[in-house]
Amino acid sequence: MTTLLNFKDLRAYYGQVQALHGLSFSLNEGSLTTLLGANGAGKTTTLRAICNMVRSTGGIEFDGKPLNNRSTESIVRFGIAHVPQGRGTFTTMTVEENLQLGAITRKDSAGIVSDIERMYAHFPVLKQRHTQQAGTLSGGEQQMLAVARALMLRPRLMLLDEPSFGLAPLVVRDLFGILGKINREDKVSILVVEQNAQLALELADQAYVIETGRIVMSGNAKDIANNEEIRKSYLGY
Amino acid sequence: MELFTNQVLAGIATGAIYACMALAVVMIYQAIDHLNFAQGEMAMFSTFISWQLMQWGVSYWAAFVITLAFSFVAGIAIERILFKPLAKAPVLTNVAGFIALFAIINSSAGLIWDFTIKQYPTPFGSAPFLGSQLISTHQAGMIGVTVLLLLGLYFFFQYTRIGLAMRAAASVPESARLVGINTSWMVALGWGMATAIGSIAGMLVAPVVFLEPNMMGGVLIYGFAAAVLGGLSSPLGAVTGGFLVGIFENLVGTYIPGVGNELKLPIALALIISVLVVKPAGLFGRPIVKRV
Repeated sequence: MTTLLNFKDLRAYYGQVQALHGLSFSLNEGSLTTLLGANGAGKTTTLRAICNMVRSTGGIEFDGKPLNNRSTESIVRFGIAHVPQGRGTFTTMTVEENLQLGAITRKDSAGIVSDIERMYAHFPVLKQRHTQQAGTLSGGEQQMLAVARALMLRPRLMLLDEPSFGLAPLVVRDLFGILGKINREDKVSILVVEQNAQLALELADQAYVIETGRIVMSGNAKDIANNEEIRKSYLGY
Repeated sequence: MELFTNQVLAGIATGAIYACMALAVVMIYQAIDHLNFAQGEMAMFSTFISWQLMQWGVSYWAAFVITLAFSFVAGIAIERILFKPLAKAPVLTNVAGFIALFAIINSSAGLIWDFTIKQYPTPFGSAPFLGSQLISTHQAGMIGVTVLLLLGLYFFFQYTRIGLAMRAAASVPESARLVGINTSWMVALGWGMATAIGSIAGMLVAPVVFLEPNMMGGVLIYGFAAAVLGGLSSPLGAVTGGFLVGIFENLVGTYIPGVGNELKLPIALALIISVLVVKPAGLFGRPIVKRV
C-alpha cells in the first residue's frame, strides 16, 4: 500500500494559541480513515491545516509532494476535496450550479456533464431539486450536495468535517453508506473527522484518536472499536 | 400629461446612467463589502481618457473601446496596488483609502486637463428620437446602451464559468477557495469590470453634464441612492433602483414647488436615509440573516 497523505510533526496556530502539538500520521491510498476526538481536540484544525486554511509548521506531504506554503485553491488542484464543517453550501445558487462549482478547476466539459448525471444517480434527491436554490434544501440534502460537489472534482482524497453534524440518525446511516460505496467503487481515499465515533469506526478501516492536539491512539478501526478501555476513556460510548 | 410623460422618459434616460453607476458600486460592494466612494472619479478619469483620444483624432467608437479596455486594466491595477493590501483592514482604513483615491484621481485629472468644462460629443446625435419630441436620440441611446450592458452582464454571470466562479467567490469565499477558485483574482476582476461599467456611465453622461473633473459628484450620489434603494446585494435591484431614482428625481423636481434643480441632490440623500430607515435591505436585497 502506498502512502497518500503524510504528516510529520504538524503544529498549527490560531494567532498565539497553539492548537496542534506535533501531529504525525499517514493515510494509505484507497483507505477510509477516521479522525476521532472530543470537541476542541484539533480535528477540524488538522483538516484545515491540510488545505492551508490555518497557520501551521511541520511537514504535510500528499503523494510525495509537500503541500506547505501553497494556497488553498492550488491545493485543491492536487485532487484534494474538502467538505468543511457546516457544509459550505453556496446557498444562493442552484443545486446544479453547486455541482458545476465543484468541477470548476476541470477543463473536460463532457466529463463534467456526465459526472453531474452520475451524482444524480448517487443522490436522486439532488436530481429532483436541481433547479432549486441550495439554501432551501434540508440539512441532510445539503450534506449530500456537499459530498456530491466534492466528488465533482474527481478527487483522489476527500476530507469530510463532521458530515453527521445536525442530521437525523437515519440520514446519517444513509450518508455513511454512500461514503463507503464511493470509497470502494470510485477508489476515493477518505479522511473523515467525526464526533459520532461508533458510526465512524463501523465505516472506517483505519482510525486515529486525537486529544488536545496530539495523537493518542491509532490503528485498525475494528481493534479500536473492540477495545473497551479506549472506547470509555476517549470516545465516550 | 405631455409634461408628465416627458419627465418620466427623461427620468428613465438619466436613470440609465444612475443604473450603470449603481451597478459598478454593487459589483465592488459584492466583491469587498465596501462602497467605492471613488467610483465616480474613476469614471470621470476614464471619460477624460476617451476625450483625449478623440482630441488626437481617434473616432468615437474606437475611443470608447480603448477606454473600456484601459478602465478594465486600471481597475485591476487599483485593486492590486491599493485595496488588496487593505483586504483585512478595518472599515475606516478602507474608507480612508477610497477618499484618498477620490482626491488623487480628481486632482490628477485637474492637473492634466484643467478644470474648465469641455464639450463632449454624443455618437447618437441630439435630434428628437423617432420624430417624437419626448426624448432625444442621445437619451434613447443611453437607455439602449444600459439595457445591452445589462443583458451582457446577465449572460456573463448566468452562463459562463468565470461568471459562476465570480458569483461563488462573492457569496461564500471560503467554499469558493475550497473548490479551487482564486478568490483574490475574482475580486480584481470585479474591480476591472466595475471600472469599465463606470466608464460607460461617464462617457454617456458627459454630453449632458459637460466634461470636467467634478462632473460625477452628483451622479455618484444618485448612483449610491439607486444601489441602496435596489439593495446593495442585488445587481438587478441596482438597475431598477437607478431607473426609479431617475424618474423620482425628475417628477419631484417638476411637481413639488420649491424643489427645482437646486434641491434635487438633497432629494437623493433623503432617499438614501429613508430607505436605510424603512427597508435597509432595499427593494431586491436579501436581509443578512445570521444563525446564532
